[in-house]
Amino acid sequence: MGYVAVKGGTRAIEESIKRLKYERVCQGQAVEVGQIEAGLRGLVDQVMSESSLYNEKLASLAIKQAEGNPEEAVFLLRAFRSTLPRKHYSQVIESNEMKVERRISASFKDIPGGQILGATTDYTHRLLDFGLLSESNQQVQEWLHRFQEECHIEQDSTSSPLTLPKVLDYLRSEGLIPPCECKNDEPDDVTRESLEFPSSRSQRLQILTRGQTGAVTSLAYAVIRGYGALHPTVGELRVGKLPVYISHPYEEGDEEDGYYIGDVKVTEVEMLMPVTVEKEYGKKEMEFEIGYGICYGQNETKAIGMSILDNCLENPHLGYPSHDEEFVLYHIDSVESTGFISHLKMPHYVTFQSKLDSVRKTKKQDEEAKEKQEVKS
Amino acid sequence: MNTAYNFAFFDEGSKREIRRATLKAIAIPGYQVPFASREMPIGRGWGTGGLQLTLSLIGKTDVLKVIDQGSDESVNAVNIKKLVRDTTGVEITELTREATLIQSRHRIPEVPLNKDQILILQVPIPEPLRFYEPQESVTKKHHAEKEYSGAWLMLFEQIIKYGSMTTGADHPVMVHDRYVMAPSPIPRFDNPKMNHSEALILLGAGREKKVYAIPPYTKVVSLDFHDYPFEPETFQDKQCRLCGSTGVFFDELVDETTGGTVYQCNDTSYCIETLNSVEALGGVK
Repeated sequence: MGYVAVKGGTRAIEESIKRLKYERVCQGQAVEVGQIEAGLRGLVDQVMSESSLYNEKLASLAIKQAEGNPEEAVFLLRAFRSTLPRKHYSQVIESNEMKVERRISASFKDIPGGQILGATTDYTHRLLDFGLLSESNQQVQEWLHRFQEECHIEQDSTSSPLTLPKVLDYLRSEGLIPPCECKNDEPDDVTRESLEFPSSRSQRLQILTRGQTGAVTSLAYAVIRGYGALHPTVGELRVGKLPVYISHPYEEGDEEDGYYIGDVKVTEVEMLMPVTVEKEYGKKEMEFEIGYGICYGQNETKAIGMSILDNCLENPHLGYPSHDEEFVLYHIDSVESTGFISHLKMPHYVTFQSKLDSVRKTKKQDEEAKEKQEVKS
Repeated sequence: MNTAYNFAFFDEGSKREIRRATLKAIAIPGYQVPFASREMPIGRGWGTGGLQLTLSLIGKTDVLKVIDQGSDESVNAVNIKKLVRDTTGVEITELTREATLIQSRHRIPEVPLNKDQILILQVPIPEPLRFYEPQESVTKKHHAEKEYSGAWLMLFEQIIKYGSMTTGADHPVMVHDRYVMAPSPIPRFDNPKMNHSEALILLGAGREKKVYAIPPYTKVVSLDFHDYPFEPETFQDKQCRLCGSTGVFFDELVDETTGGTVYQCNDTSYCIETLNSVEALGGVK
């Protein structure tokens, strides 16, 4: 009688969990967490970003436990995150302090500091590399050795961690985009206080950055393909490490006295959206608006998608769901969407019985009405 | 007991925040209080709202009962109990009257609850007006202005189309003459049990991040019209095939040997208790 089972649910669950473990290990090999951390950078980054928890080791553990299923891995990490007390808040991070590993601009060819391709799959041919089938640790280490020697020869003494001016600052100095004020208010924390509408920008950015990669990408794609009013250009995309500092918890002190606690690797995107603004006497002028995207790790599609959605939500438009904050913010979270979709697998016997009663009642009334008519005629 | 985690899973700060939201909910019967719902180790949509309430309230001396669609042994109920037991070590029971905390999905137990008990219902969609208004910012305004014509209209349209109200579970109720509230998808059969309930009833929606409450002895009325009164599901002339009870909510089953329809108590603990007492009296079987 189904899985609500009058009795026996407990044992069934135990056996099911055993079976799940069997599926994970049935080929007789234990995947090492270290291997996941070393070789599955893209997945580790995605999972950390969607979980909003920056820890490569825990993300790798979650991936192992979830057999590589990102939605399950994110779920594990988020649930773990719920148990962590909030001990410190970091100082405000200025993103121009990023130690840049990759940075490009699609708007300007000659940007101060130059375009740096860094590591990207953008220019690889997507041909399966069958050589990787037999790649050995020894081969990898030899290659690494040669690579480091090459770097050593080319490196001059001045090129220690690279910080670069922002492309957008250049545009501001040229007067092409209006200057913007620094807004260092305490951000609202969506994990401590639930979202209410109209939302604040800090709430929107938080929810976007922890959104499911696929969902963020799809909604942003819809915007630029036709269900939205945007034609953006990448002002600047950069990947690199941001240093994180915390202030002394008890002593009031200068920001300079903060403690460095480590780096987080992020992808940051500043997107330019041309808009027409009406000036005095109905005169129209073109200006640029900015969309902002940032996420943990290297996940460029998501960061770009986020920057598009950020701008959409700054400019509500009733005609497009992608410009509707409730539509976007309520539906892009991985744990929430997959949770509610999967709850449909739970028994709904009582609710269904209740609906059945209503359906029968309307049928009965129908029949009674027909009988009455027949009697009359 | 799993000591790698805090007592009752959460850190104390999180529990306190949830309890504060709960206190506000009790102070404003039927009003949905937003809270910073945490991600739980069970699925969003699988009872995380109820679970967060349970974990924020539970103490070492509590006795917990968890039911899912009437059953103590349903896989999800078992799973929730296991998590709470692993992180608290509290006593678990199936007997309704023994429990101090009862977490339930979609049923209110048949055994009447008393003032020393708290019933925690899991809620999928806390907003009774969501059916006709998708925007949260708009429904919030409707509640503030007590603008409930849409809810009445929804029922009116059902009567026009089908000749009667066709709500299944989750038939909307008016709480304390002020807020229209989703009672969670309990069958209409259970709606009257909310009215002047001796036990405190808390409702938690984890994914939607809302907590609301019906304090003891609060007036709870199912929405209806004078000429089309509210009607619970009817099980007239039906009897439980196991314990012989009547006048309770039944599961409808197909007897595999005869192919006929048979009925059985949906509340499994009530059914077993009735069976035991019949046997103790040396009664019929």
